Amino acid sequence: MIDFAPQELLWSGNFWLHLLLFAGMIITFILLMVMFFIWYERRFISRFQIRVGPNRAGPFGLLQPVADVVKILTKEDIVPARGDKIVFWLAPIVALAPVFMMFAVIPFQGGALLADLNIGILYIVAISSVASIGVFMAGWGSNNKYSLIGAMRDVAQLVSYEIPLVLSIVGVVLVAGSLSLTEIVEAQTVPFILLQPLGFLIFFIGSLAEINRTPFDLVEADSEIVAGYNIEYSGMKWATFFLMEYAEALTSSAIITTLFLGGWKGPLLPPFLWFIIKVVAVFSVIVWVRATIPRFRIDQVMAFAWKFLLPLALINLLLTSMQVVFWPEAPIWSIIIASLFIMTALILIWSKFLKMGGGRLEV
Amino acid sequence: MTLALTASEIATRLKEGFADIIVEAGPDSLLVKSESLLDIASFLKTEPGLDFNYLVHITAVDYSDYFELVYHLVSLKHNHNLMIKARCYDREAPTVPSLVSLWRGAELQEREIFDLMGIRFYGHPNMKRIFLWEGFPGHPLRRDFANGA
Amino acid sequence: MALKTEPFAINLGPLHPSTHGVFRMRATMDGEVIVDLEPVFGYLHRGIEKLAEGRTYKQNIPFTDRLDYISSMSNGLPYVMAVEKLAGIAVPERAEYLRVIMAELQRIVNHLIAVGTLANDLGAFQTPFLYMFRERERIIDLFEMVCGQRLLYNYMRFGGVSHDIPDEFLPALKKLLNRLPGFIAEYDQLLAENEILLARTKGIGILPKKLAINSSASGPVLRASGVKWDIRKADPYSVYDRFEFDIPTGSAGDCYDRYRIKIAEMLQSIRIIEQAIEQLPPGKVWNKVPLRLRPPVGEAFAHIEAPKGELGFYVVSDGSEKPYRFHVRASTLINLTALRDMIVGWKLADAIVIFGSIDICLGEVDR
Repeated sequence: MIDFAPQELLWSGNFWLHLLLFAGMIITFILLMVMFFIWYERRFISRFQIRVGPNRAGPFGLLQPVADVVKILTKEDIVPARGDKIVFWLAPIVALAPVFMMFAVIPFQGGALLADLNIGILYIVAISSVASIGVFMAGWGSNNKYSLIGAMRDVAQLVSYEIPLVLSIVGVVLVAGSLSLTEIVEAQTVPFILLQPLGFLIFFIGSLAEINRTPFDLVEADSEIVAGYNIEYSGMKWATFFLMEYAEALTSSAIITTLFLGGWKGPLLPPFLWFIIKVVAVFSVIVWVRATIPRFRIDQVMAFAWKFLLPLALINLLLTSMQVVFWPEAPIWSIIIASLFIMTALILIWSKFLKMGGGRLEV
Repeated sequence: MTLALTASEIATRLKEGFADIIVEAGPDSLLVKSESLLDIASFLKTEPGLDFNYLVHITAVDYSDYFELVYHLVSLKHNHNLMIKARCYDREAPTVPSLVSLWRGAELQEREIFDLMGIRFYGHPNMKRIFLWEGFPGHPLRRDFANGA
Repeated sequence: MALKTEPFAINLGPLHPSTHGVFRMRATMDGEVIVDLEPVFGYLHRGIEKLAEGRTYKQNIPFTDRLDYISSMSNGLPYVMAVEKLAGIAVPERAEYLRVIMAELQRIVNHLIAVGTLANDLGAFQTPFLYMFRERERIIDLFEMVCGQRLLYNYMRFGGVSHDIPDEFLPALKKLLNRLPGFIAEYDQLLAENEILLARTKGIGILPKKLAINSSASGPVLRASGVKWDIRKADPYSVYDRFEFDIPTGSAGDCYDRYRIKIAEMLQSIRIIEQAIEQLPPGKVWNKVPLRLRPPVGEAFAHIEAPKGELGFYVVSDGSEKPYRFHVRASTLINLTALRDMIVGWKLADAIVIFGSIDICLGEVDR
């Protein structure tokens, strides 16, 4: 039974006032952080590419996202003549809304969140799949073969990577003992990245696939299918997709922080600030991966998910449940060392057996 | 150093089988009758000691009375080369046998010659224009096509 | 119940970020697999061969730059050699050495761009591309020092080259040659063992040896398939017979081998340039040739090992000041003969990578 009444939240009092205030705060937070991320990614990735990045619009290019938004808003809104107009129009909204909804259960600080659901992480998993429907609607409604290819690749990829993702979350839930996100953070006396290193890796790679980032950005690979599902979009609708990409990156970073890095915990600084620092750190790693690695082909993506990540996630789950049942009082350091050792051994051995992708087909 | 085989050496070897086909053996090129191009070319390709397995290029020149096709062959094994020419005297619908069955490299070059000069190659799997669109009037590289320069 | 599927036709290009110019491929696909491919040429056809018949010999030298506009320093060389053969013009020693230095520097630039764009097509988001371009900038600065141009050089002349090198050229060149091998080794280390790159290029787009010879492939494409044929060694032109260098060859003929050969060729070019700098004689760089050159009646064919393949010029003269026939043996067009065989059976993502690894330039394909 879902518990909706706010309990021991930071701002108690009138239920509807709390709801409206927090909803407003979350939307503002997401929009501001997305604009910050756009600037941050462009400056950070430029350092990898031995150049400076935007530095003209405002000091250090800080007004660059503002300039981008103004440019996008003044563009003509083109709708393909023979596309499915309602589907085309609804797609950006269906893609963006779930991302905002996911932020409802992520704790910024002990008790500071919109709704402390006691099935928090299950709610996140359920909502995150809805975004892929939006992407597929975009691909279909554009009446364009490239979009359709991009959309189909996206759906295949998202469905494949959901399963290892969810399995690695179950590992964390087993160790923490609860589905609620606040309790997961409270249970992290030691950040779970040390207790569940394999789970962290699987979750990180799965998140990269969910948010369509390199090396899994073949959905919108602009050297092959020229921007995939958002080829035919322009103006504000395109900006919505662009926003969705960065908002999903933000959400994924926030979830990784909550599940594996200890949420808002940290010495000295106020907890809210620790949360943001950790989110930016995870996002930096995501940008670093984008700057360095080329992208996969779709059959290699599927092979990687089904033949590599899924078995490893299952083994991780098996070992975690064994540890929780048989050795619940084991000292933390022994669990950490055992986990690291098992992870290294598993990855090295399993990668010998992995054959990535198909070869040439006889025509 | 690639040895440029003088055509007269080749001509002596060819005279055994193809005495009536060779028209002229100049100092650096061999002129043959265009109908028997395919026979001579396959002989040059398969004969041990000649082994011309690499076709460097094909081109066509429009002298006003005739078209002259120039073939440049190289043997990778022996490192010698040879230039063969064939003339086509028909201005309306010139046709020459295609060498695609011997060297695939001739495929795109023969299409280019058809497109720009108008010489048809029978036996070519895909005799279509390559650079200009279907329905383009005339063949630009001919001498009687106006040169805007 | 069996699922009813049908193949659909998709158009790659002519406006496409990865077709290296305006090139169109009409692919028929069954799901993600390409079952048929038809290349469509001619989007950049400018009629250079016809235009050249209306201009004097010297006025045609800038046309040769516009053929392979990315690596244009070596384009003029076969044309200039063909006309020199026709007219019997001699070239001073210093000019020959300068031609070799410029041609080899151009080869390094071309292979840098080729490797960078290949990594770009693979999705590495421009990072290797920008590293390559940083090195290219230094070499382009050298070219600008010599002839004042950064892209279309117009450097070759009948009887030599157009300008002599200024005093600051050789120190700058030596400084560049000192740091270039280290940079290439570092770049190679980052990319050659990258798992994803290996998975995307090894075994993909194989061109078998027999087909490579039969379809008249040349340059890195031919050598990757295992044929040790390089015009600089097989039929040496200019002063190449005085230098010591190796010819890297591949064995499998896949995209990975073509990438490795380009890296190896860059290192060999550095060797040649170092030897050329040591042997560079003093003297003049141009033998005087009349402005309106009238070569005797005849024909000539000259070819070089251009970075993209074997570039040749066939020039026919009728004794006047304009060429009677000006034909370009375009290496990139002929390398594309086996395109269909290399791509069919692979997926859409592979088609882009295979096409990129052949390394073409539309200016030369379409002329």
